[in-house]
Amino acid sequence: MESVIDPKDAIARRAAYELADGEIVNLGFGMPTAVANHIPPGVDVILQSENGCLMFGPTPRLGQQDADVANAGGQPITLLPGASIFDLATSFAIIRGGHVDTTILGALEVDQEGCIANWAMPVAPGKYSPGMGGAMDLVGGARKVVAVLQHTDKKGNSKVLKKCTLPVTGRGVLDRIITEKAVFDVTPNGLVLTEIAAGLTPDELKSMTDAEFSVSPDLCEYRLCA
Amino acid sequence: MNKVMQLDDVVAGIEDGATIMFGGFLGVGSPLKSIEKIVAKGVKDLTVVSVVNSYPGGGFDLAPLFAKRQVKKFITAHTGTCPEAIEALKAGDLEIEFFPMGTWIEKIRAAGAGLGGVLTPIGLGTLVEEGKRHIEIDGRTYLIEMPLRADYAFIAGARADTSGNVEYRGVSLNSNPVIATAADFTVAEVNEIVPVGEIDPARVGTPCVFVKAVVQGHSPAEHQSIFERLWVNTGRLQAPATAA
Repeated sequence: MESVIDPKDAIARRAAYELADGEIVNLGFGMPTAVANHIPPGVDVILQSENGCLMFGPTPRLGQQDADVANAGGQPITLLPGASIFDLATSFAIIRGGHVDTTILGALEVDQEGCIANWAMPVAPGKYSPGMGGAMDLVGGARKVVAVLQHTDKKGNSKVLKKCTLPVTGRGVLDRIITEKAVFDVTPNGLVLTEIAAGLTPDELKSMTDAEFSVSPDLCEYRLCA
Repeated sequence: MNKVMQLDDVVAGIEDGATIMFGGFLGVGSPLKSIEKIVAKGVKDLTVVSVVNSYPGGGFDLAPLFAKRQVKKFITAHTGTCPEAIEALKAGDLEIEFFPMGTWIEKIRAAGAGLGGVLTPIGLGTLVEEGKRHIEIDGRTYLIEMPLRADYAFIAGARADTSGNVEYRGVSLNSNPVIATAADFTVAEVNEIVPVGEIDPARVGTPCVFVKAVVQGHSPAEHQSIFERLWVNTGRLQAPATAA
């Protein structure tokens, strides 16, 4: 039964369909990192890490690691044949300069105007953490920006909103929103529901979604990569 | 010119209130010995400039500077990995100025390269634009971001020759080559110091012109074992199964 899949697992498996063969891809931390485990056969992407490498591979075995080779999450990684390394200015020339095809980023909130909030939680009045890292550059520079998040918070409140309540990372930057219940295209006319989880109707989805959305004539069941 | 110095002599010159840039990304490519010495010296009211904060979970690289409340202001893109800094922030003991990562590095590059600032669309429509000038060019709006420089820059490399040419290795360049250009006094901490002529000119990542002092860091073997311990202890590398 697909319905018993862990929501985060479902999101990673759906998000893997966003990647096309040959693309330069930057995956954010958390759920987006897991997308790499579900990329369909025949799709080879080049992963970028913003601390300064292209074409990295899996975690090395103990003894094979290198103290100078880790990703932007502090995780030791391997470099694949064809990899390259560079400094931070070059790394953000790649990101900001429009050379990343697709980025998949976790979000705290998204809204129907294509805004994403994923960098700032207030820890005291006027004080925020953790910081945007490279997320503002990615949403501003990548050709396709995909936000992934659970549809609701622990209390059942929608995280797909009419308007973000947290400080935003970028305005009108999203191309697609993926939750465990739905996939939305972000268009100039608002959100369009294109896929919906098995067993859920668009009306049921509307009752659990703050944002307004229209339903695509080509609406299909939520797809999952292996 | 021989630029090799004792790290103690370099750190002795740092005064309270100094602005210090540190290379490194979550500990990788970080000048670990220099940070330890600055922590030990106890200088305070520092403005620290680093692209991100400590290795996730704290207790490593920059984290002790925040634990000891030596930092007054932190200029960065991200601090979420360092519980010590978040504690100081909540307590009101620390001011943090956030910049998007690509903006952060370009501000420093501008300072080192003699530019008057950077025009960037990144941050428009967010808290980042508050208090900043906007400029319209050919119908597009940009923020004006000002250059950022420091009194000291501490960079980390694999090798340096005695004249200050620095060679990097692996994915450890990160901010190091850029911050090297933007401080009054740039210190290169390296795993190995070699005679002039030992480093292939094509492998020089930071030319000697930017470097005022070369100091000995952990040896290449120590360097590898520090990260092996760190990564095994934090569950990022699987330790070998012990024989029954």
